[in-house]
Amino acid sequence: MIRSAIVEREINIGAIIDAVKSDDAGGVSVFIGTVRDVSDGRGVAKLEYEAYRAMAERELAAIVNEGVEKFAVRSIVAEHRVGELSVGDVSVAIASAHAHRTAAIDCTHFVIEEIKKRVPIWKREHFADGTQEWVDPTARVEAPAP
Amino acid sequence: MSAVTVHLFASYAESFGAHNLKIDLAPGGTVADLVAELRSLPGSFVLPSAPRVAVNQKFAAPDQPLSHGDEVALIPPVAGG
Repeated sequence: MIRSAIVEREINIGAIIDAVKSDDAGGVSVFIGTVRDVSDGRGVAKLEYEAYRAMAERELAAIVNEGVEKFAVRSIVAEHRVGELSVGDVSVAIASAHAHRTAAIDCTHFVIEEIKKRVPIWKREHFADGTQEWVDPTARVEAPAP
Repeated sequence: MSAVTVHLFASYAESFGAHNLKIDLAPGGTVADLVAELRSLPGSFVLPSAPRVAVNQKFAAPDQPLSHGDEVALIPPVAGG
């Protein structure tokens, strides 16, 4: 099973894990991204994800195929949700299955990092105080490590 | 002249006040020429010095030539995940 999708519905994590599990895959690595309630110290009420749908589907499929080639995973499913999401909702989920854990973990890590660099999806934060803004990761300064 | 459709998203769509623009380019015009045209429009202050551009749904270099009917998109900094 090699599958990727941009979806508007809720992401079903159990279904994604079931889709990649198999008797010859001893390791399944899962990443789940959820909507956090705080951004740069401001309370977030909800998020709105917009995509350049056709290109996002194509780019996500390309990343998943690169993961399969690089790490030789048996199965992988990656889904990214778009539309309006509430705090705690799952925005992205990736599950990779391989005979051994390291390749499964490395593949899942690769896919989420590439999604963040290449898939044309944007998010607008709606803050608890009623204001809203598009997130620009290139404009953000990382907070110093504690 | 070649006419290309430019798709805008997120902060760029808000700043230009449109999701699609039709831009006429001289024959042989490139991605960089198109970006230069866009910089003459109101709202273009939102563009960084080197905006990412996709042509027919693939990321494109500034020197890529554009053809009549190409689907061009300006890609604001992506924020998926």
